[in-house]
Amino acid sequence: MSAPLLALHGVQKRFGGLAVTDDVSLDIAPAEIHAVIGPNGAGKTTLINEISGVLKVDAGRILFGGQDITALSMPRRARLGLARSFQITSVVNAFSALENTALAVQARSGSSFRFLRPAATERALNEAAMSALEQVGLAARAETPAGAMSHGEKRQLELAIALATEPRLLLLDEPLAGAGPEETERLIGILRGLKSRYTIVLVEHDMQAVFALADRISVLVYGRVIATGTPDAIRANPEVRAAYLGEDEGAEAMPC
Amino acid sequence: MLPAVRAEAPAILLLAALAAAPFLGFGEGYMLTLLARAMILAMAAVSLSLLVGGAGLVSMGHAAMMGFGAYAVVILDDMGVTDAAIVLPTAIAAAGAFALATGAIAIRTSGVHFIMITLAFGQMAFFTASSLAGYGGDDGYTLYSRSDVLGLRLLDDRLAFHFICVGALALTWLLGRLLLASRFGRVLRAAKGNPLRAQALGFDPFPYRLTAYVIAGAMGGAAGFLFANATEFVAPAYISWQRSGELLFMVILGGVAGLHGALIGALGFVLLEEWLSHQWEHWRILFGVLLILAVLFLPNGLSGIPAQLARVARR
Ligand SMILES: Nc1ncnc2c1ncn2[C@@H]1O[C@H](COP(=O)(O)OP(=O)(O)O)[C@@H](O)[C@H]1O
Ligand SMILES: [Mg+2]
Repeated sequence: MSAPLLALHGVQKRFGGLAVTDDVSLDIAPAEIHAVIGPNGAGKTTLINEISGVLKVDAGRILFGGQDITALSMPRRARLGLARSFQITSVVNAFSALENTALAVQARSGSSFRFLRPAATERALNEAAMSALEQVGLAARAETPAGAMSHGEKRQLELAIALATEPRLLLLDEPLAGAGPEETERLIGILRGLKSRYTIVLVEHDMQAVFALADRISVLVYGRVIATGTPDAIRANPEVRAAYLGEDEGAEAMPC
Repeated sequence: MLPAVRAEAPAILLLAALAAAPFLGFGEGYMLTLLARAMILAMAAVSLSLLVGGAGLVSMGHAAMMGFGAYAVVILDDMGVTDAAIVLPTAIAAAGAFALATGAIAIRTSGVHFIMITLAFGQMAFFTASSLAGYGGDDGYTLYSRSDVLGLRLLDDRLAFHFICVGALALTWLLGRLLLASRFGRVLRAAKGNPLRAQALGFDPFPYRLTAYVIAGAMGGAAGFLFANATEFVAPAYISWQRSGELLFMVILGGVAGLHGALIGALGFVLLEEWLSHQWEHWRILFGVLLILAVLFLPNGLSGIPAQLARVARR
């Protein structure tokens, strides 16, 4: 494996007495889709929060492109090329889909300390934003206020925003959560299109999607990574099967 | 670009009406004095609206920005400096510097804490002004003369002063509009609507908010310069927390959805206050009741009434 783009070394996080991230070490290789799966409450969102900088880790180190980012703020990490989507949609509701996405383009296109020219008239920003919206199939909804969009559309927008930043690493926290069957199809199609162009950490409950998309999978249970490997290796892993069989819905969710 | 023009129409119409007012029967001294006061307070309200509506920074100390501008006029007047080319930039710089120093601390807080800390800084400015014995202390200071413009006694001419106020108000509004629509304003608005999203995209809200605070403070300083010249008198009362509260009230009364709300709110507030005070000696009670009703029944302020009516009509 080439040098990892993202490396976690012994990352720990406790909430009160509860270890939510328990000595997690992970390497994410360039251009791989690395899925993180696990039952509800396993600490998947917490892990994404630690990588993106929403949460400070209690112990351990996070390296991104060889640089120690453990102490950096979320905006600093974002500027290094770490983009994320949120499990619970987090867009600017007062902005149109286009302005939400153009803001993301703006983040990587020079200084935002520009005071007089209306940003909405900057063609370069709008064109890049439109192409991100097209990628997720929202071009026709560009002028719609995000707050007025359906849940599924917001999931698509969330992805368009992340793509528009042209990230080096994409952290996706359940991008399919709450999307209808048709939107799920479309989103999986989009993610497949990103494969090998982007490095992606994918947290997802939809096992069909995970096994179809992931190059490698890590299984998180009670804050611990109990297994990491290819989809085939994970499917065959007895420990993983035991952890999932202990869970009601997990048994069916795990495709065999 | 048609919808954009429509969005700006209320402010442009209002500014045009103010410019035309002297020729529409509002040309006597009393009326011009009142309009000047309303327009200058509207300038301060528009700059405050930039913070409240644009950045989500609800300041309860904005009168201090006007105070710095006004006291710059006083202190320079005392030194014999009355040229607007020196006095105005000084007023703007003094208010901007105060905004920078206090904003750097206040903007680290949010919500109620931000309100309280801006109130506290405003009170500090108020007590400082009260203790300036050389400039009249509590009693205030009467200007020797209005500032002159490149040697001309331009501000002494009532009509000229009126148009200067219209122009200053229009400029403040226009600058605010441009700021909010710019890249900078987009980040500011995003950080207000969803700070987590802004940060996840790489924008640390702090420098954007602080810059907005300084710009709004500088605009408040310019309003203070005009206010001192309008009344030819400056007192600590100009910086009182009541004045800050009034400015905030004008902003909320007008509505924060656009800067024109503050324009409407300030003009409505000052004119209503003046009119009521001539109707009844206990007018303040009525004024208070009207303001409460406005807040209760106009969630988007006076500027939101057309949209509100349209919504009712559709039902
Ligand atoms: N801010 C917090 N404070 C306290 N406990 C938290 C916090 N965030 C998450 N938790 C707890 O941490 C555990 C893991 O949560 P989370 O990371 O959201 O799990 P997942 O995304 O895998 O479903 C849960 O038990 C949750 O209740
Ligand atoms: Mg989660």
